[in-house]
Amino acid sequence: MFHVSCFMLSKDEIKHIAGLARVGLDEREIKKYQKDMSSILDWVEQLKEVDITGVEPTAHITGSENVAREDGEYDFPGKSEIVALFPDKKDNFDKVKSIL
Amino acid sequence: MIRELHKKLISKEITAVQLAEEYFARIENMDKAIHAYLTLTKELAMEQAKKVDAKIAVGEEIGILEGIPGAIKDNICVQGIRTTAASKILDNYVAPYDATVITKLKEAGAVILGKTNLDEFAMGSSTENSAYGPVKNPHDLERVPGGSSGGSAAAVASDEAMWSLGTDTGGSIRQPAAFCGVVGLKPTYGRVSRYGAIAMGSSLDQIGAITKTVEDAAIILSIIAGADRMDSTSAKSGDKDYTKYLTGEVKGLRIGIVKDYFQDLNADVRASLEKVIETYKKLGAEVKEIELPMAKYSLSVYYIIMPCEVSSNLAKFDGIKYGLRINDANDDPNFSAKEDANCLPRTLLETYLDSRRYGLGAEVKRRIMLGTYALSSGYYEAYYLRAQKVRTLIKKDFEKAFQEVDLILTPTTPTPAFKLGEKTDNPLEMYLADIFTVTANIVGVPAISVPCGSVEVEGKKLPLGFQLMGKWFDEENLLRAAHAYEIHPHTN
Repeated sequence: MFHVSCFMLSKDEIKHIAGLARVGLDEREIKKYQKDMSSILDWVEQLKEVDITGVEPTAHITGSENVAREDGEYDFPGKSEIVALFPDKKDNFDKVKSIL
Repeated sequence: MIRELHKKLISKEITAVQLAEEYFARIENMDKAIHAYLTLTKELAMEQAKKVDAKIAVGEEIGILEGIPGAIKDNICVQGIRTTAASKILDNYVAPYDATVITKLKEAGAVILGKTNLDEFAMGSSTENSAYGPVKNPHDLERVPGGSSGGSAAAVASDEAMWSLGTDTGGSIRQPAAFCGVVGLKPTYGRVSRYGAIAMGSSLDQIGAITKTVEDAAIILSIIAGADRMDSTSAKSGDKDYTKYLTGEVKGLRIGIVKDYFQDLNADVRASLEKVIETYKKLGAEVKEIELPMAKYSLSVYYIIMPCEVSSNLAKFDGIKYGLRINDANDDPNFSAKEDANCLPRTLLETYLDSRRYGLGAEVKRRIMLGTYALSSGYYEAYYLRAQKVRTLIKKDFEKAFQEVDLILTPTTPTPAFKLGEKTDNPLEMYLADIFTVTANIVGVPAISVPCGSVEVEGKKLPLGFQLMGKWFDEENLLRAAHAYEIHPHTN
């Protein structure tokens, strides 16, 4: 079912995507993903044979749209539990590294 | 089965506390071998069971699920309980709120035994992607239970729970149900609120029940279905008693079969499916051949749309607000002083990169990367937009087919359960395990897997299942037909 991949992402492309996705990878993983992602992308190429002229895209399958509700506030009971989940904190603040 | 336990409770043959204790004893015995559970919630279960017993003691009427022990897939939030999604990045995450389905189950008096194992973030078809080790199939410990809701299916199959909840994005309820010989129901997209389920593919995800019988699945659906202000995609008019449609009658129902699906099909799967078709004919259903010419593109559409949605949904797991944070060299499991000497102190960007590097598993990273690529500048139209357009064409196939038939019958899986390790080296091979189930998610229709006998492989009896797909929001006919087969099964 799967032919040998003729399409190959370069190492630099994998590094670029990993950077965009904020995923740290080592050399071994870069090589592996190069191979895996290329064969998956090569496989989904079959969608190119479908004629999609004039076809609208489907993002939401059951067709409901513009679901509205009153823009009110309500109390979330688990606030202190959320604060407790901070990996590092000072008082009630989530402590992170400086951005600059 | 739920009804039988319910009767035992009201006739005081057993108390809810005793029942929960029996299940915990069973788990204690079985789960070292099966590994269906990641966390047990004994305290919560006993507190819930005591409430039910108190009601029974004063002669108060109890609901059908009150006091009945079940299990929850560990990507659904239960307040105050560790919820990991089988990922190291959420190893220490304690859910600060209940998912809507949990609120509803608690209101119905259900007893929650624990949280079940899964493929990390529900990404996989075998549970081998769990960061905590795989689940084993109760019918053959050398085989996978299927996935991603493998723990939920194995728990029910091994009597470590009476019922369980799973999530289904491409087959994650139905495929493990088939592999474990139990019933798995994926409702229509929007039938059940997704609030509190850790999102994977938001346009595909749906919560549903894994149970011993179709009636039990109908009981759970009746409790968890309905509109929810916390999920704007949840549909109105969902909450009703689905058990009243289980009449045992299928006379006049039109069931479609797709000829293409029978080509190159595993001989055992094919033989069992043909018997199911015969059974439905005998029961008076009309079986018709239909065509779904675009359905063959479903898996390709899925492997674009799903990773795109994954890359967006999983961006929040970055080590900042909760979960694993790799901030400094001494948090780093692979820390090497020599390597790190030049880059201390580390930056915020490195916190993101390293938290995700060590927190997320290989398959999860692969899908995030694939989605990021497909959505990146210059590729959006070629991949995501094209896939969404083909999705429209597949939906049109189904709209046309459902003018001719009420239900569509297919195998649930191409083969019985495969062996642990058999497909782990080749992601594409693993993806093919979902070939019959994924279409229902692409088009959003409800679908159910029902056990239909077993096949002997290497001295072990492995279960088989068939799948029925119904019209959008027509769980009534879906459950009716599934139940009719269940009470009149074919004999092997």
